[in-house]
Amino acid sequence: MVQIRRLQEEGAEILAVVGEIDASSSIELDLAIAKAVGEGVKRILIDCSALEYISSAGLGVFMSYIEEFRDKNIHMVLFGMKEKVANTFNILGLADLLHIRPSKQEAKKLINELSL
Amino acid sequence: MFMGATLSWIVMVFSDVTVLFSDLKGLTPDIPFWLPRITLDLFIICLFYYYRFKIEKDESLNFTDLLWKVFATGLVATVISLSLRLLDFLLGSTKLSSNIFFIEVEYLICLGLMLSFLIAAYTSWKRLILYQKSKWLLRGWTVFELALLVVMVSDNLEVVFSEWMLTTISIITGLLALILSANMKWVAYLNFRQKWTSLLLLLLSFFYLGYFFYTVNRFSDEISAQSSSFLDFKAHVFNMYLFSFVMLYAIFSFLVILFNLPTSSVFEQKLEEVVNFQRISQSVQTEQNEESVYQILLESSVSSVFADAAWLEVKGEQEQSRVQTLNITETEALKIQQHLNGRNVKGILDESTDRTRNLSDHLASLKGTRYRSLMAFPIHVKGEKIGTLALLKELPDGFNKEMTQIVSAFANQAGISIENFRLLKEALQNERYKEELKIAKTVQKSLLPQHLESDSDFEIAAFSESADEVGGDYYDTLRISPNHVGLIIADVSGKGTTAAFHMSQMKGIFHSLAQQEMEPKTFMIRANEALKYCLERGSFISATYFVVNSLDKKILYSRAGHCPVLVYRRADQSAQFLTDKGAALGMVKGKDYCNFVETREFQYQPGDIMVLYTDGITEAKNHKGEEFGLEMLRKSVEEFSELTPKEMQDELIRRLYEYTGTEEINDDYTTMIVKFR
Repeated sequence: MVQIRRLQEEGAEILAVVGEIDASSSIELDLAIAKAVGEGVKRILIDCSALEYISSAGLGVFMSYIEEFRDKNIHMVLFGMKEKVANTFNILGLADLLHIRPSKQEAKKLINELSL
Repeated sequence: MFMGATLSWIVMVFSDVTVLFSDLKGLTPDIPFWLPRITLDLFIICLFYYYRFKIEKDESLNFTDLLWKVFATGLVATVISLSLRLLDFLLGSTKLSSNIFFIEVEYLICLGLMLSFLIAAYTSWKRLILYQKSKWLLRGWTVFELALLVVMVSDNLEVVFSEWMLTTISIITGLLALILSANMKWVAYLNFRQKWTSLLLLLLSFFYLGYFFYTVNRFSDEISAQSSSFLDFKAHVFNMYLFSFVMLYAIFSFLVILFNLPTSSVFEQKLEEVVNFQRISQSVQTEQNEESVYQILLESSVSSVFADAAWLEVKGEQEQSRVQTLNITETEALKIQQHLNGRNVKGILDESTDRTRNLSDHLASLKGTRYRSLMAFPIHVKGEKIGTLALLKELPDGFNKEMTQIVSAFANQAGISIENFRLLKEALQNERYKEELKIAKTVQKSLLPQHLESDSDFEIAAFSESADEVGGDYYDTLRISPNHVGLIIADVSGKGTTAAFHMSQMKGIFHSLAQQEMEPKTFMIRANEALKYCLERGSFISATYFVVNSLDKKILYSRAGHCPVLVYRRADQSAQFLTDKGAALGMVKGKDYCNFVETREFQYQPGDIMVLYTDGITEAKNHKGEEFGLEMLRKSVEEFSELTPKEMQDELIRRLYEYTGTEEINDDYTTMIVKFR
């Protein structure tokens, strides 16, 4: 079960992911990101502080946007991951492909730098 | 039997003629004078059995067929009798025609014909009376038949019974006949047309009865006028009884049918309702889709309450509304709905109630439609309202309470049918899905190696168990050269048939690339190249590829997003996870994938152990929802380090099941344990 809340802060879209993302709930994550992209959002912050678990399907969602974001000049930064979740990203090698920061401030700072 | 009847009739004719002849000549007849009577009885009994087999036992006859048989017998008998009279007429007043013997033969022929007609009718009546018989009715009938037999026998033995006994028997027989004649259940099952036919047939039968009675009577009068010893058929009490009974039941039937005529349409209506009801409930088995159920519901409802038009609005499985109409256009139906909504009539049509409503009052003011009565019913499936049935009539106040009940029952039955139909469809789909999964699982199992490479340097044990859903775990070994063995463990993201499909691709890639003796990093880059066009968006394969070099006692490996390798070193008595970097296959589609993988190497010594596993193992949860985790895996390996790979694997799996507390797994468990020696 997952809940995704959307809020805007300083020109960036924050998607707060609450709960667990498995094969079935990954669809919701995908829809939420796709919606933000469809609305023309250029800066996306993913708040993972309330994310308890993510399965490979959930990781696949983030992965699937890497190239699209590069082509469209959209930037995405993830932040606030719990250790266990961060470990999953690390094992799969996604930590090198995605921008991950420990705190919201750092994430905001990074996304502003990237957008310049 | 028929032959017997004919034979006894011929004997009767001869004996009777002889008796008559001798009487006329004043001689004592050579034959006993009771012979004609006995032969007459024989004739009757033979006919009785003949018709018993012809009419009573014939199951294929329905009620009108029975009446028709009686009528047909009467017709044949009458035609024969009439042709005799024609012959009589043609002969004019010749000698022959006034000859008493000739008249006698004519009389006997007519008597025989009348009796056969009477007995045919009697047998048919028996069937009609005994339709839906009860135990008491059957007993009554048996007594009646016995009484008739007694009467017949007593006729011949003349003075066996005293006068009062005969009277008693007559009264009893008469009463019984009356009671039995009251059994008219069959009439109710005739439809309107059949009733008219029956009336006609009965009327004609009356005519025959009257005709025969008159003819036979005239003959017997004529004969008895000339001969004193001639015995009138009327003196034969049985004949009179039979005649009266047949007449009585025919009159009863005639009257009952006549009075039932006006109500027959109601009865037919009820019968049609039952049939319609059955149609709706059976439609699940026979019909291919829900539309036919709706169509049957519409037709049945309209025909049951004589509605002029109807529409059915159904919310389909995909939420969109569908309207089916009968004798009304969709536009008009919509107009009526809008009119009712406009007048703020809270009713079933706007889905605010689930009660059947009679909305006739509100139609009176609607112009542009000829309908003046409206009744609406909800259709429920699993307690949820899925549609509305609306019936229309041109008459104002055209619906009554009974009609509401009938259509309500129809709507309920249709709801049940549709529910059953949906359940059936669901079950079929599930079955198909299960079947597909079974195939995928078989494919997946067959992709795993039957035997694993072993060496003087190492021994391997591997285990893989998947949940009900098909997983995508894969492991394999391949001897590259005498001193080089390739090992792989992989996990395809996702489950089901696609996972099994990607797994087979991975197997193909492993077998073709490993043979080319390439460095593990190159292996991964090439594998990524091969896979990036096959994997759909968002799916990937995590894998670790090893090359064991038994010459240099070293292992080269490359990890692409797979769980870190656990290596137990005997020298340190401890196990550690190897840290390295590597992105899963299919994650990076571009050429820069080479930046995300690397080749690592380490030395091994005898007694060292390498444990490969998939995330199903580390993510297995206990009842508190806590994961088995890396640490527990590491400790277990240290603990079991002295065992053989196979024993170690069994212990590890046992511990895993113990931890989760159930034999049911919700992910794939795969391990490959390599122990060096």
